[in-house]
Amino acid sequence: MEAAAMNWTVAVPEIALALCAMAILIFGVLRRQDATFLCTMLSLGALLLTGVLVIGGQTGAGFGGQFTADAFSAFVKLLILSGSAFALLLSLDYNEREGLARFEYPVLVLLATTGMMVMASATNLMTLYLGLELQSLALYVLAAFARDTLRSSEAGLKYFVLGALASGLLLYGISLAYGFSGTMDFAQIARILASPAHASAGLVVGLVFILAGLAFKVSAVPFHMWTPDVYEGAPTPVTALFGTAPKVAAMALILRVMIGPFGHLLPHWQLLIVLVSIASMLLGSLAAIGQNNIKRLMAYSSIGHMGYALIGLAAGTHAGVRGVLVYLVVYVFMNLGTFACIIAMRRQGRQVENISDLAGLARTDPGLALAMAAFMFSMAGIPPLSGFFGKLYVFLAAVQAGLWTLAVIGVLTSVVGAYYYLRVVKIMYFDEAQPAFDKRGASLSFVAASTGLFTLLFFIFPAPFVGAAEAAARVLFG
Amino acid sequence: MGGTMQIGLGHFLTVSAILLVLGVFGIFLNRKNVIVILMSVELILLAVNLNLVAFSGALGDLTGQVFAMFVLTVAAAEAAIGLAIVVIYFRNRGSIQVEDVNLMKG
Repeated sequence: MEAAAMNWTVAVPEIALALCAMAILIFGVLRRQDATFLCTMLSLGALLLTGVLVIGGQTGAGFGGQFTADAFSAFVKLLILSGSAFALLLSLDYNEREGLARFEYPVLVLLATTGMMVMASATNLMTLYLGLELQSLALYVLAAFARDTLRSSEAGLKYFVLGALASGLLLYGISLAYGFSGTMDFAQIARILASPAHASAGLVVGLVFILAGLAFKVSAVPFHMWTPDVYEGAPTPVTALFGTAPKVAAMALILRVMIGPFGHLLPHWQLLIVLVSIASMLLGSLAAIGQNNIKRLMAYSSIGHMGYALIGLAAGTHAGVRGVLVYLVVYVFMNLGTFACIIAMRRQGRQVENISDLAGLARTDPGLALAMAAFMFSMAGIPPLSGFFGKLYVFLAAVQAGLWTLAVIGVLTSVVGAYYYLRVVKIMYFDEAQPAFDKRGASLSFVAASTGLFTLLFFIFPAPFVGAAEAAARVLFG
Repeated sequence: MGGTMQIGLGHFLTVSAILLVLGVFGIFLNRKNVIVILMSVELILLAVNLNLVAFSGALGDLTGQVFAMFVLTVAAAEAAIGLAIVVIYFRNRGSIQVEDVNLMKG
């Protein structure tokens, strides 16, 4: 049987990345002098190499059907790799100035990325769990990376406790799904559920537990409690990483699990996803209004964005999945750009994080203000910026699937959300000027400029991204 | 003591469900010590392992037992990282009381 074949070559990108991470770790340990810069550069090279391997890689099922490389996983992996690479670039300048320059940082990012790539390829409940844990364990350490500051260690502690609880619930769901279906393989679960008689209560309960565990990872309401605190407390480049690559990996996993093995249970989980999506959009837009700290603002904003992305899943159609994937691409780049601007907020050698610190930025640093304004307009969903297209595709899919209420609530909450995004722009352009920020590193300008150009010019060339998302979505419905 | 009672799948699932609930309550109702939270997390993972092994026996399928081995391994790594984070937290805060974990509201 084909499914029983080892066929390990489908996992070459993951294997290469894991080996690179370990080699860089050994290099960092053996090198006596400070090796952080070198290790970061080597890690960027490793991410690039992995990206090339993903593009040129073999497709098919490996490890007895536990691991699959297809168009969907390739799309998600490339997005994860670029998210991690940009987040690593953002850390260069920040870690140096905050005294966090330790070579373990890039190694942990690489290991977390390996876990995310395994998540993107998982076609078995066991692979799903192992990928998720590899990612989470590295991220717990990263959240507490500034180990001499109370805020970072508190963020690490909170993230660890709630993350471990979520993993436990996910595992309990997996054990129920396994027990009541008799298999851990996605394709076989789908085959069993094809006859409605097999959709036992135990399996549905298991599905709900799995969904709860994954919802925690994308910080969807009601599993969002950790997000604002962890975003605020963790070192800012780590927050930039949290906001991008892990969200993509977890969202991809939700898509694959819900559409693949549990696709036949759509009537059971559709209402659940609709409720989670509405709650996330409402909380994301309403709770962000009163925030003064820009990192907390970004936390609520990311909760809202995940709500919008879930609209596409709630539709449960091919167009919906394509919408989610396009949304993720757009979201990752505008989020990275915003964090590049946030990391550039330094005065007298100290990071400042209040929104009021941005006052008058248009006069002291017009370039940075322009980039930040572009990201804020894009997050608010104002055309022709990329954020508009992300929302457009998921709303269209919802309308086509007959989910009018969901689409209308989505539009209404984005109007509310526009208020606090535009408030940031107003503070930058019309308020009394504050002293200028410190000179920023070239890496920050590079990230802000490249993601800014992507956000501004997405409307000219959406075709390759939409086409790739289309092909990736087709795999799940194949 | 005449009748013998057969221990079946249902009994295992009940015990495991009780352990899960105890673990979850241990995390949310505990106002004392962060170490108790770590123990509660272990309790949840043990509940899962019991479930997996019981199902594996009932189904006559080895996958569940293999998975239980993986869960044990991951649980060990998780405990190591959890304790490390608790140690650095204690160094900065001087306390591991749950009510003292309150620098950021939320």
